[in-house]
Amino acid sequence: MKVRENLAISDTGFVFDPTSGDSFSLNPIATDLMNLLKNSTSMEDIKFYFVNKYEVSESTVEKDVIDFISVLKQHGLTESEDEN
Amino acid sequence: MRTKITVAVTGLNNTDNPGPGIPVIRSLKESDFFEVRVIGLAYENLEPGIYMKDLVDKTYQIPYPTAGTEALISRLEYVNSVENIQVLIPNFDAELYSFMKSAEKLDEMGIKTWLPTLEQFEERHKVNLSDFGKKYDVKVPESKAIFSAGEIYSLTPEFKYPFLVKGKFYDAYLAYNPEQVKMHFDKIISKWGGPVIIQQFVHGTEVNVIALGDGRGTTVGAVPMRKQYITDKGKAWGGITLDDKRMLALTHKIINATKWKGGMELELIKTHNNELYLIEINPRIPAWVYLAVGAGQNLPEALVKLALGYEVTPFDKYDVGKMFIRYSWDMITDIQTFERLSTFGEL
Repeated sequence: MKVRENLAISDTGFVFDPTSGDSFSLNPIATDLMNLLKNSTSMEDIKFYFVNKYEVSESTVEKDVIDFISVLKQHGLTESEDEN
Repeated sequence: MRTKITVAVTGLNNTDNPGPGIPVIRSLKESDFFEVRVIGLAYENLEPGIYMKDLVDKTYQIPYPTAGTEALISRLEYVNSVENIQVLIPNFDAELYSFMKSAEKLDEMGIKTWLPTLEQFEERHKVNLSDFGKKYDVKVPESKAIFSAGEIYSLTPEFKYPFLVKGKFYDAYLAYNPEQVKMHFDKIISKWGGPVIIQQFVHGTEVNVIALGDGRGTTVGAVPMRKQYITDKGKAWGGITLDDKRMLALTHKIINATKWKGGMELELIKTHNNELYLIEINPRIPAWVYLAVGAGQNLPEALVKLALGYEVTPFDKYDVGKMFIRYSWDMITDIQTFERLSTFGEL
């Protein structure tokens, strides 16, 4: 799973979808995750990143990442959703 | 050194249902190529543009389209004798027919236009949208023209509620039952006359494209937009340019197939399955044209160049994520100014 190439993600966590014109605000953790997903980071590496940065278990990270991806899919922000 | 020209523009009604006149003028005033003297042509004496002296150099009242093309031509002959107009840009749907019909006459007077042909104008008409979709292989919602209220009750099962009830030029209302259709039908008939168009409602997001055709199949420019803030009249009060290659491809396809000449606005619905349905083609520049200028495509300037026979290189890019936000502004004027316009028909 990869987020769409043309999404603009700013350091402040503001995401702009140029295909739909929608914009979203992310908190700092979601911004980190979004950038990791945009760079096609594997689930293993994502877990490693968050476990090292925060006091959190691997299983919690995995569950939260999957939840977040489902929200991205819902908004059509993942590569597979984009036929553009 | 910019080339001095005089351009006449209608649609000075910069109201909550804005005409494209003022944004068109603003675009022309920003041209690096032309130095434009603007002649406003107004139907009503409270069209705000008449009083915007920094944009409109002189305004003349013209007769309503219902007065016929003869009355219009006669008035324009007078205006032209004073102003020597080079290009005329009409901006109202309801007046386009008169101007297209008079294009040759205007040309003889030395006034150039860049309008669709009568055939192009007719075949994209709301009443003919279904046939247009079939002819050019474009997805359109099922639609039908009705002429009497008696036809309302036989619309189902061909149409499923809810559907849109539309006027031939303006207005569109969503109806959930025959009573609502009747109510909207009566309102539209009394305002615009018949027929009334019934159009199947397509769920999705409305998106729009402004475009300019050179009349030979080439798209001179095109910018897709999504309305972000919509008034209760359905007009865009804020919008943002989009990066949507399929919307652009559809625009190129339509302009190429129809050999569209002039400005246009495509109204599209993007469904949740990412399908694009064409719901309307407005055969003129839309009121949000200045967004396209802000995004890098001065389409009114290009239209004037085409009208005057200049070679125009098609635009190949625009800025994505450019936004416009409209606002209202109170101008102060004197009764004497209003009196001059009301009495002499010019200001």
